Amino acid sequence: MDALWRFLLLQDHNTRVVLAGACLFGAAAGLVGTFLLLRKRSLLGDTLGHATLPGVALAFLLAHAAGLSTRSLPILLGGAALAGVAGVGAVLLIRRISHIKDDAALAIVLSVFFGAGVTILTAVQQLPGGASAGLDHFIYGKTASMTSADATFIFWASLIVFAGCTALFKEFALLCFDESFAKAGGWPVRSLDILLMALVILITVVGIQAVGLLLVVALLVIPSAAARFWSDRLGVMAGVAAAVGLASSAAGVAVSAILPRLPAGALIVLSSAALFAVSFVFGTRRGLIVRSQDEHRAVKRLRREHLLRAIYECAEASGNAAAEKPVPVASVHEKRPWSARELAREIESAAEAGLLTTTPDDAQVRLTTRGFAEARRLVRNHRLWELYLLHHAEVAPGRVDRDADLIEHVLDPRLVAELEDLLDAERRRAFVPGDPEKLSP
Amino acid sequence: MTEAPLQIRSLSVAYQRKLVLWDVDAVVQPGRTTAIVGPNGAGKSTLIRAALGLIPSAAGEVLFFGRPYAESRPRVAYVPQRESVDWDFPVNARDVVAMGLYRRIGWCLPVRSRHRKLAEDALADVGLADFARRQISQLSGGQQQRVFLARALAQRADLYLMDEPFSSVDAATEQAILEVLRRLKGEGRTVVCVHHDLDTVGDYFDDVILLNMRVVAAGSVAETFTKENLRKTYGARLSLLDEAVADLSRRGGPMR
Repeated sequence: MDALWRFLLLQDHNTRVVLAGACLFGAAAGLVGTFLLLRKRSLLGDTLGHATLPGVALAFLLAHAAGLSTRSLPILLGGAALAGVAGVGAVLLIRRISHIKDDAALAIVLSVFFGAGVTILTAVQQLPGGASAGLDHFIYGKTASMTSADATFIFWASLIVFAGCTALFKEFALLCFDESFAKAGGWPVRSLDILLMALVILITVVGIQAVGLLLVVALLVIPSAAARFWSDRLGVMAGVAAAVGLASSAAGVAVSAILPRLPAGALIVLSSAALFAVSFVFGTRRGLIVRSQDEHRAVKRLRREHLLRAIYECAEASGNAAAEKPVPVASVHEKRPWSARELAREIESAAEAGLLTTTPDDAQVRLTTRGFAEARRLVRNHRLWELYLLHHAEVAPGRVDRDADLIEHVLDPRLVAELEDLLDAERRRAFVPGDPEKLSP
Repeated sequence: MTEAPLQIRSLSVAYQRKLVLWDVDAVVQPGRTTAIVGPNGAGKSTLIRAALGLIPSAAGEVLFFGRPYAESRPRVAYVPQRESVDWDFPVNARDVVAMGLYRRIGWCLPVRSRHRKLAEDALADVGLADFARRQISQLSGGQQQRVFLARALAQRADLYLMDEPFSSVDAATEQAILEVLRRLKGEGRTVVCVHHDLDTVGDYFDDVILLNMRVVAAGSVAETFTKENLRKTYGARLSLLDEAVADLSRRGGPMR
């Protein structure tokens, strides 16, 4: 309890530093991660993270040999950045000079670089002072040991990422959406791509200090993937991703401040996973709930249409269709593979919508004027579509867009007129409704 | 005399070691609509993409309005194939059309309200005025194609290069695209379309380039789109061809 209060009141200088550093990193990672995700390069981010390890270890060795401080963060992270660039370069090289596919190239580079890193790291730990150098912190992260100097470094790196992503927002968007068009329009696609990857490398290098190189990709990918559930606009998505990254970092640092034996880096990643789960279910654009509501509505509309058409067709079968004509529920039931209860429920809901009325004993239904007009429209549209598919099968698949509710919205007037002629010809044999717009007064 | 909007001189393109285009020569006349027609794998899209420098060419020269592409870029608009992008991208129709204005907006500056207005105008030109704020994955295939067309229209170019704009679109979209082609032509602009439907070449276009790795024939539809030339272009697939030609003559096309 005491620990919680100490954290909430930000009493420790150390807590303040760690919190600020982690939050800045989380927000910047979420922002640049949005573009990484949309560019479909998430795995490259992972490879990048793993590829930094030999860089860190080699930088330590070189600093040791040159007699420099082996704990200097700029030197170690500089090594990490160079190794990251080499890793990305290796992926591009493999892709260009061989027929090996992307996923294989990424897996090869990821494991080879990480293997090399582990080897060098083991060698380093046998050096005097090497075991206590804390290089393994770079693998798992050691958020809690962040110093003011580290936080300042994170601050500047994040600032560059924010500035870069804001200034080049529309350029990056174009690059991610339509590379060909960007290139044809004269945008320097390759330079933009390199710039984006440079920002990713920068934030990765910053992140290996905070959450470790194994987990840094999580903060690049998870916040932006979570953000996609909340918005269909890129700007909003990027903002939400930054917020999710920031919130995960804050939550992770908070939990580890209260329970000091748990590693903050892993907690940050778990927090972002929790936020992802929440977004997945409750996201207002693509969340599970919104999507199932949409589906439910569509099913409901379809059932309503089926009911109206069935009633109309029953009325039609027993003579001329007219609004006031009552139709026995039993004959409607024959037309639809519904249970009696389902049918009763559909009828009730249609009655509530004012499309039909039922007799007191529920044995017969009668369309209201509005329900009749709607039913006639549906039946006509349905039959025109049927005729179209029957007579124009050779062109149908490409042109039929049955999502559109009215045939006139999809087919050109000439074709609709032609179909109506066909319909008229059939009407002489059976009773088929005409165009309600033309016939009704 | 006005410079030809597009002049291609002995352009060759190779993928790996396989030659896709071989010594292609073509001239597109200003103020006319031209179809690039040929069998699958004939290099139709490759021709456009290589001309725009999107894929490297092994040899040859391409001039736009008498200059290299880099110097004529603002006068040229490109409509890629609809399938070339991921329509799940988090933008709406107006955002996509505004991308056609990015060059005019310039580096690092945001899209402002007057650009959004221009984008909406371009959407209205293709009959999608009511769809400006629709997320692009919620548009039908034909509407997506029209969004791409609107993006090119927003560029106000003199030469439009379109890659299969009529490919599997609904009839309303087909009419909207035709309307746009007519209007562009009326304004003296030039349109080049990769086209796959032999039935409609005569109805939609003035000129045709018959392509199968190399240019088999090029010129006005009336003179060039003949049974003999089509046979040369499509080779063995004669039965299909005869049907198309028969269909064309039934419609009162150029071949009788």
